[in-house]
Amino acid sequence: MAVPELHRFKLDNGLRVVLAPDPTAPVVGVAVHYDVGFRSEPEGRTGFAHLFEHLMFQGSESLEKLAHFRHVQSSGGTFNGSTHPDYTDYYEVLPAAALERALFLEADRMRAPKLTQENLANQIDVVKEEIRLNVLNRPYGGFPWILLPPVLYSTFANAHNGYGDFVDLENATLDDCAAFFDTFYAPANAVLTVAGDFEVGRARELVEKHFGDVPFRPAPPRRSFAEPRPAEELRGFHTDPHAPLPALAVGYRMPDPVGELDAYVANLVLAGVLTDGDGSRLQQRLVHRDAIVTDIGAGAGLFGPFEARDPDTFSITAIHAPEVTGDRVLKAIDEEIDLLATTPPDERELAKVTARWVAGLHSDHDRMVSRTLALGAFELLYDDASLVHGLADRFAAVTADDVAAAAKALRPDSRAVLIVQPEGGSK
Amino acid sequence: MTAVQHRSAQEIGRTERGPRPVPPLGGQRAAAELSHVDTVLPNGLRVLAVRKDTVPLVEVRLSIPFAGTGELHAATAEVLAETIVTGTARRDRVAIDTEMALIGGELSTVVDPERLAISASALASGLPTLFDVLADLLTEASYVDAEVARESARLIERLAIARTQPRTIAREALQRRRYGNHPVTREVPEAEDVAKVVPEAVRALHANAVLPRNSTLVIVGDVDPDAVVAELERALGDWASDKSANVLPDLPELTGGEVLLVPRPGAVQSQLRLSAQALRRTDPRYAHLQLANLAYGGYFSSRLVENIREDKGYTYSAHSGFEFTGNTATLLVDADTATDVTAAALLETRYELARLGLVPPTADEVESVRQYAIGSLGISISSQTGLAGQLSALAQAGLGFEWLAGHPERLAAVTAEEVAEAALDFFAPHRFTGVVVGDADTIGRGLEAVGGVAIGAA
Repeated sequence: MAVPELHRFKLDNGLRVVLAPDPTAPVVGVAVHYDVGFRSEPEGRTGFAHLFEHLMFQGSESLEKLAHFRHVQSSGGTFNGSTHPDYTDYYEVLPAAALERALFLEADRMRAPKLTQENLANQIDVVKEEIRLNVLNRPYGGFPWILLPPVLYSTFANAHNGYGDFVDLENATLDDCAAFFDTFYAPANAVLTVAGDFEVGRARELVEKHFGDVPFRPAPPRRSFAEPRPAEELRGFHTDPHAPLPALAVGYRMPDPVGELDAYVANLVLAGVLTDGDGSRLQQRLVHRDAIVTDIGAGAGLFGPFEARDPDTFSITAIHAPEVTGDRVLKAIDEEIDLLATTPPDERELAKVTARWVAGLHSDHDRMVSRTLALGAFELLYDDASLVHGLADRFAAVTADDVAAAAKALRPDSRAVLIVQPEGGSK
Repeated sequence: MTAVQHRSAQEIGRTERGPRPVPPLGGQRAAAELSHVDTVLPNGLRVLAVRKDTVPLVEVRLSIPFAGTGELHAATAEVLAETIVTGTARRDRVAIDTEMALIGGELSTVVDPERLAISASALASGLPTLFDVLADLLTEASYVDAEVARESARLIERLAIARTQPRTIAREALQRRRYGNHPVTREVPEAEDVAKVVPEAVRALHANAVLPRNSTLVIVGDVDPDAVVAELERALGDWASDKSANVLPDLPELTGGEVLLVPRPGAVQSQLRLSAQALRRTDPRYAHLQLANLAYGGYFSSRLVENIREDKGYTYSAHSGFEFTGNTATLLVDADTATDVTAAALLETRYELARLGLVPPTADEVESVRQYAIGSLGISISSQTGLAGQLSALAQAGLGFEWLAGHPERLAAVTAEEVAEAALDFFAPHRFTGVVVGDADTIGRGLEAVGGVAIGAA
């Protein structure tokens, strides 16, 4: 497949723009990534970045509350937004005819969102329902993305709950919203991505027309969230009122996703060798041979790879039977990782993981929404959207020794172990 | 927060130039025609193959009618679905996984009271391997004792997890409320039944029920449809039987009734589930009802979402949509709400049902849902996975590519009057039945006050 054409430029107000034309279907994707996620929240305002994401849908100077949704959907499109550790994204996928409308909608809320007390109160209620739905009322809610960071990390930025505590959410004020917007939602702190069926010159004109007069504000200086790696094994415990079976999550620090991209990719291959498919190391050992876990998974990034800067988390999670101790599961994981560190995977093991990654990348590329979001996230985090197109080659270039080295770095004396016990489990 | 000086919320929401008009839509070109073949193989399997070469992948969806009435059918079927990929005469489970992985492939199976579905994807270059593995599973799956025992044990653990999920609890309660003891209610088998499943029973079920006649296979991707059908015929030549795959008996017609309160002590949220009889895709009024449903709760800009989420903050998500089972279709309305506003949310949900008929969607509402229905269909079929999924659902209903290609036109032709008629006929609150699952001590009194609620065991 030919590498798709990319056009990247910057407006006078600092907004970075990525255009990725593709005429294969009469559909366009539009995304805006803002360089702020839940790691930037101040203490006492946990969950604020996500709450703010909700507020950005609630109206702007040109659009009443609910109008944003109606304009996207009555154009035949779909939309959403999501909050990550280091960025917040907003996106629409629409029939190509609605390109200008989508650009207008994103520009209008970047220029002048209408932040009101009424909408803030309403969206605090909605977010609390979202948390009840996804965390409080469900087994393994927040496992491991909310529960593991406070064990692995020591600073507020890295350790706190990105969904937020109810008390913090309820205390959020309109002035907090204004300060957050003026600080982080500047055009110079954002990336606009347009993918799909359009003519490049025309799209560029439309981008200038709608975003060109969003006034410049300086991007905030980028904070470092660096903190030392654990100097010992850290342990945390959580009692889950709904879970029927115990679970555990192991968290390790990993190479800088941006500064050490190839080492980071080697960790993704490592995750595949460990848990991807029935023939993977940990599936074979723990699920099939020892039969001590129901399911096991490993991966980089608590929402997926390439969604955070340093520090990022490599995690292994397992749900196991009550008669099996967490330490027994841990011991088996450690033995397999040790084995991998000393005897690197063979060619076929690597080829399996690489082929699945290549197919997965193609599949992501085929869905307009995932393609648009990947281009925007790479432009934001790596200053280079085109890296997306080179990922398959980078995966293919990972050697057996790279994987063994990545396994060797998953040290028992520098990690976090979270033990989840069912509420009835200890009785 | 972090800004030393910042504007107020009011200042942020205003510019010198003032509000701007929303730009009109531009011109829209039609999607490219896709070459396709729709045929029945000599073994009775219907095959729908479509060339869509946006990426060098293929997507395969095999759907086998898989109904059964025996006491252990649901449990046996579930074990079969978990175990079919664990070995054949030629390959063990690691060999299957390895061969699939080397072609960038994934393979998964899922079973419900109606169907066994096998989904697979791979790099297009790996298609011969994919077909070979698929044929091997269909004709030679061995269900060796140790694998059946292990997968049953894992399944029992997974069932324990599923049965603590509020959505699973609500789904089971709704199915019982709607369909009593019909086999369609057995979506999640009982753990003790799974424990009783023996390997011989799984092998027998495979021999009697994994059959090509009545089944459908959709393949979408970077393929030549004619060539792929010929290849498939060769690969699946040994998969044959005189018998036909087992179709689920018809569901009883839904009539309205009281909503049943199903207690879940201590729950911090309640699940509302309401359902009524609807129309099949082949009904001339289906497009009318589809638009009426979108206006009610079928998309974000619907009356239900704007009321109970965006106005009142009762819920994070509320939704209404179609469920297609065999020859029938139903409407399903669902919302998860905070415990203390559950009764109020039920009241508003019913209010919007009645209002849809009495104050029917305006011309603007109809245009909005029409564009959404047409546009979102176009978006969903712009990817291989989306197109494969749509076609598989249509093929199971006896429809095909032509129905999909013709649907935008049908949606375009619906009038506001037709939407209003469908709303009045199908959304009347008395036509609905359902359940509310939640903390009965807290929500019971309010629900009794709202009325039309039966308090009792599920």
